[in-house]
Amino acid sequence: MHLLVCGGTGCRAAESSLILESLKRELEEKGLGNEVQVIMTGCFGFCEKGPVVKVMPDNTFYVQVKPEDAAVIVAEHVIKGRPVQRLLYVDPKSKEHVPDSKHMGFYRKQIRIALRNCGFINPENIDEYIAREGYAALGKCISELTPADVIDSIKKSGLRGRGGAGFPTGLKWEIASKNKADQKYVVCNADEGDPGAFMDRSVLEGDPHSILEAMAICGYAIGASKGLIYIRAEYPLAIQRLKIALGQAREYGLLGKNIFGSDFSFDIELRYGAGAFVCGEETALIHSMEGMRGEPTNKPPFPAESGFLGKPSNVNNVETFASVPVIISKGWEWFSSIGTEKSKGTKVFALAGKINNVGLIEVPMGTTLREIIFEIGGGIKNGKKFKAVQTGGPSGGCLTEKHLDTPIDFDNLVAAGSMMGSGGMIVMDEDDCMVSIAKFFLEFTVEESCGKCAPCRIGNKRLHELLTHITKGNGTMADLDRLKNMCNVIKDTSLCGLGQTSPNPVLSTLNNFMDEYVAHVTEKRCPAGSCRELMKYSIIVDKCVGCTACARGCPVNAISGERKGPHFIDQEKCIKCGACFEKCKFGAVLIN
Amino acid sequence: MSSIKIELRQEDLNKIHEICDSFNNEPLELINVLHRTQEHFGYLPAEVQEAIADKLNISTAQVYGVVTFYSFFTMTPKGKHPISICMGTACYVRGAEKVLDEFKKELALQVGQTTPDGKFSLSSLRCVGACGLAPVVLVGDKTYGRVAPDDVKAILKEYE
Repeated sequence: MHLLVCGGTGCRAAESSLILESLKRELEEKGLGNEVQVIMTGCFGFCEKGPVVKVMPDNTFYVQVKPEDAAVIVAEHVIKGRPVQRLLYVDPKSKEHVPDSKHMGFYRKQIRIALRNCGFINPENIDEYIAREGYAALGKCISELTPADVIDSIKKSGLRGRGGAGFPTGLKWEIASKNKADQKYVVCNADEGDPGAFMDRSVLEGDPHSILEAMAICGYAIGASKGLIYIRAEYPLAIQRLKIALGQAREYGLLGKNIFGSDFSFDIELRYGAGAFVCGEETALIHSMEGMRGEPTNKPPFPAESGFLGKPSNVNNVETFASVPVIISKGWEWFSSIGTEKSKGTKVFALAGKINNVGLIEVPMGTTLREIIFEIGGGIKNGKKFKAVQTGGPSGGCLTEKHLDTPIDFDNLVAAGSMMGSGGMIVMDEDDCMVSIAKFFLEFTVEESCGKCAPCRIGNKRLHELLTHITKGNGTMADLDRLKNMCNVIKDTSLCGLGQTSPNPVLSTLNNFMDEYVAHVTEKRCPAGSCRELMKYSIIVDKCVGCTACARGCPVNAISGERKGPHFIDQEKCIKCGACFEKCKFGAVLIN
Repeated sequence: MSSIKIELRQEDLNKIHEICDSFNNEPLELINVLHRTQEHFGYLPAEVQEAIADKLNISTAQVYGVVTFYSFFTMTPKGKHPISICMGTACYVRGAEKVLDEFKKELALQVGQTTPDGKFSLSSLRCVGACGLAPVVLVGDKTYGRVAPDDVKAILKEYE
């Protein structure tokens, strides 16, 4: 019997390490220390109900576990074989306890390829990775396949880059392999900067060896002997696990000189980022690895011709690499049988926002948004109405009700005015103002624009100013036209992917929620009731009992009225702080 | 940028030289050098940048350019208890902005500033990857999940 404790970032933040310790102590006290293993794994994905503990082989799934629950888990489940009912997940619809993870709506539609080992193995132990066929694909490549065979398999599998743009991975490898040089590099882009996306981090934390193996396979295929992982310094746990994994792989001879006794040598180094979103762009990333400002440069030359230190370099994202070993071991036919015509395999999404089951999911390409949001995600929080889902982070767009049944793949999302991006998926409900959301993303872009080219540096700032203007009720209809024009110019003239996609959140909300923009501009009203400057507080005379609580709470003395008589708000003085609304016990303060 | 003037002591200089030497004084390793130096000093004042530039034989402008480009590097010292509010999209739609406003009000600080007594500093960051706990606040290494504006006072009280 195994007890698996989730060691993903979310669960660790909720102190899952204390649960691990208590479980070990309880087992020790009962004399079971040697028989039952307690392992801290990578992310299970079901972050909403963390911390999570799983009992194997029964697949029993305990949610929101506290350190003090360790005693009952050991006494009841481990010793007596009776699952602890109160810790089981309760299905929100049937209100029944779900005995194991296989019967949970959250997992039912998922197929896990990139996340295959996350939550199953101890990421700090190479033997557990090997026990699940780890490094077998690398062995197969070196002993049975030529580099051209490997590239051919990846090409035929239909794997496309998971970092956002969806460039065919096999083709990228082929170009890098054809460029002759004394030194080539395999680069793993682990600079996950999209706010609200955390799949790369989960793979690195939960299954670091899969990335090392894939990079070595890539090195063999393109003829590179050096690998570099560019990782954010903000991910200390992922860095620590990568370091451990590197050490173990070298010790086992799976990295280093003459791997598997062949003449292929390959080793990997870590390079640290320092917090710049633009470094996700491959040319910017390479400059950053060279110790410079992470500013992008024109392509061509592509990194495959002239990359790190001017040598041919192949840059792939973490999730892309994570799929590679399985494609080799199970065959490209298997991989390409999953997904849609032009997007093969699965995609990991970070599901967050106003949704019941926040977490990390992996679904076949072609799954619809409705399946993801309402089946896997369990619908909208607090029974509110679905309004929009933002995919692709700051480069993506907001999709609405009418897109819910579109099968998700790279091309369909672009056609709908958004993009795949790295796979962030933020769900919004009726309380979210779409103008404010567009403003929020622009704020991000303005902060993260590297400043090299004018359209992105100046244009996005102007866009942000206009949006701020509108949310304060100062916009005009002409501003809306201006917004649209400016968006198109920025898209057409920016140097790199950041500027070329940064207007997407504005354009997609303009397209799908024009009425909301118009309400802000012509009626000076925020339909979602979230723009503070457009709110108007007033007191319903019939409901006011004259308790004076609101007047005493008002920081600017804008409320007047006699004790036990109706009160009034002076709109000139009101700063719209909402204090009166919070203080009133009788529901007499009205927000419009 | 920084108004703080400091005088580097010989031991500080030695430490900087030691860090640069451990990377073979290779300008390609500038970002790694800065990471290690910031780990040691807590921040990267102008004088430290000059010393690094000297040792790596590159211009101070180049070092300054890199320091100001990346948000991880800072030229002002952080507080004893650095407070970071996650402003990732998931936290934003669950009300992180109101939590940030409350911290600003309670501490009378703007983002990027430190209290005069050096106790707290305030910053916003983009996604810690704990979206299930949104909105998230970090104080030092401790994570607070599902923070509401009303919780702010109690959180600050823990550090008094």
